Amino acid sequence: MKPQKKVRRALSIAAVIAVLLFSVWAERHMDGFQVRIIHMWGIYVILVSSFNLIYGFTGQFSLAHAGLAAVGAYTVALLTLSPADKQVSFMLAPPVWPISVVQWPLLPSLLLGGLLAALAGFIIGAPALRLHGDYLLITTLGFSEIIRLLLCNLPGVTNGAMGLKGIPKDTNLTWVWGLAIITLFITKRLVDSSYGRALKCIRDDEIAAEAVGVNLSSHKVMAFVLSSFFVGIAGGLMSNLLGTVAPSTFKPDLTYAVITMAVLGGVRSLTGGVLAAGIYPVASELLRTIETPRQILGISYPGIPGLRSLAFAAMLLFLILFYRRGLMGSNEFSWGGILSRVQRLFGRPKMGGEQG
Amino acid sequence: MTIDSFVQYLANAIALGSMYALIAIGYTIVYGVVRLINMAHGDFFMAAAFLTAFGVSSFALPWYVSFVLATIVTVGVGLLAERVAYRPLRKVRISSFIGATSVSFLIQNSFVVFFSSRSVPFPHPEFLDRVIKFGAISLPVVVLFIMGVSAVLFLILTYIVTRTKMGRAMRAVSKDMEAALMVGVDADRVIAFAFVLSTTFASAGAFLWCSRFPFVSPFTGVMPGLKAFIGAVMGGIGSIPGALVGGFLLGLAEIMLVAFLPTLTGFRDIFAYLLLILFLLFRPGGLFNVKIREEKV
Repeated sequence: MKPQKKVRRALSIAAVIAVLLFSVWAERHMDGFQVRIIHMWGIYVILVSSFNLIYGFTGQFSLAHAGLAAVGAYTVALLTLSPADKQVSFMLAPPVWPISVVQWPLLPSLLLGGLLAALAGFIIGAPALRLHGDYLLITTLGFSEIIRLLLCNLPGVTNGAMGLKGIPKDTNLTWVWGLAIITLFITKRLVDSSYGRALKCIRDDEIAAEAVGVNLSSHKVMAFVLSSFFVGIAGGLMSNLLGTVAPSTFKPDLTYAVITMAVLGGVRSLTGGVLAAGIYPVASELLRTIETPRQILGISYPGIPGLRSLAFAAMLLFLILFYRRGLMGSNEFSWGGILSRVQRLFGRPKMGGEQG
Repeated sequence: MTIDSFVQYLANAIALGSMYALIAIGYTIVYGVVRLINMAHGDFFMAAAFLTAFGVSSFALPWYVSFVLATIVTVGVGLLAERVAYRPLRKVRISSFIGATSVSFLIQNSFVVFFSSRSVPFPHPEFLDRVIKFGAISLPVVVLFIMGVSAVLFLILTYIVTRTKMGRAMRAVSKDMEAALMVGVDADRVIAFAFVLSTTFASAGAFLWCSRFPFVSPFTGVMPGLKAFIGAVMGGIGSIPGALVGGFLLGLAEIMLVAFLPTLTGFRDIFAYLLLILFLLFRPGGLFNVKIREEKV
């Protein structure tokens, strides 16, 4: 039972409005801690869906997420900080010329962050995507680390390993979730288009794809550049949310966190990714309470540092060994599926829609 | 630069290169037989060093006893990881990489949880602290020790791979796993043996490394592990002489960069990664141009 296209579209628009209204409400009425988790959820949605695009749908396993996010994060940080703040926070060397004077509002900074990350994605992807499997993932990891090490070693541009503080916090939940929804929308439309079918064809069998006339490198690079653009936006939102950036945030650990979420949700499922992106920060905060020392009923509990990372590593290993398809596999939540389930629940007679 | 200081740098470069080579051999042995980038190799390295230090500081064992016990435990951990995490994933390439990465984080963070994330001093034997002087050149004994031990270990490995039955089985599995299985090679045993060799080399490398840089923390293995991996790729991953040459060259290149262009010291790691990428892009077979049988991804 497939509802008509109009019905599905109306439901989707209603859901988007509901999410945005909820984000406005949550910003006002929920406490800071909860708002922060929902914030991280939105940012992770962007990171995970961009990983799904490049790995789940195109089959190119890339480890460049952390470096690309760093490009977006530093762009936004450097553009939104006021020139006076920059003079104060650059301790190792004075900021170089264009950085020392500019100050942009958040939205254009985010956009430029995304574009620069896309450019970095092109520089990485154009040569690297010719490689396969192990070679590809090591090359992308190398590029990601080079970006991070450059950030550490260019004090005039990035203030080196000390990072930047006092970035104005302009984002709110509505912004983050709005951008997350746009990312999901574009990714979904791309995946369902003829381009998307070509990408899936590359994933399943490169030689067959080439034989039916798919231009391998241009498709792969396009998917990678688009994915990098989203990662740059997510990185920019991250620096704006945290108010600080440092090269150490963008170690490969960040990439592995994204991979953990993507595998948990199912690498071929966008809605699975959305689900996992919410589970991860919640689980992370719950485990943090085990990590920190505190007093329980007068007994001092020392806390176990490192337990959080240990738990996530164990979870990833468990997933990859026993539950490789993740929560959703390659399925998606769809209005058709939900509606037919609702109808079955209430035992209503079939309506006059198309048979699906 | 005077000739004396050049010789000094050269000795340091050879010592660093030997250690990279020893660790790189561990990567290459495993990659040769199972086509797995063992991301946890640096953590086996760390485990051996950390447990040696733990045995000495907590049970007052002599360093050699502690080292042997630590090596045995590390080999055990390696075999366990192979059995539990790597073997079930052998047929699924990207998943096996994710599996190896999670094993790496698992080991690191287990050490953080059970011990602590702080650095502890490494209890190396005292004779290694002495310095020998040849005219204006002063060489720490540890540098000579590293060169000697590496050479001996490399000879032993060459003997095992070329002269023993197990070595022949390893080469057979490396060339063609299916054909090796058909003629009766027990591939699981061969792969387990490869892990034993690999972790033993990690352990030896760890002892030498920590004698030279005498502190160890749960994250000690990350950097040497990565550098050695780069060395293995430079030489041609899967080839043992390749790992040796690649490791040496990387050590030499690093020290010489610092010696001749001291202003670029901060860019040393960037330089290493650039080498890695250039090799992967333009000569994926490495210096020895290793032809690896590609399995379907």
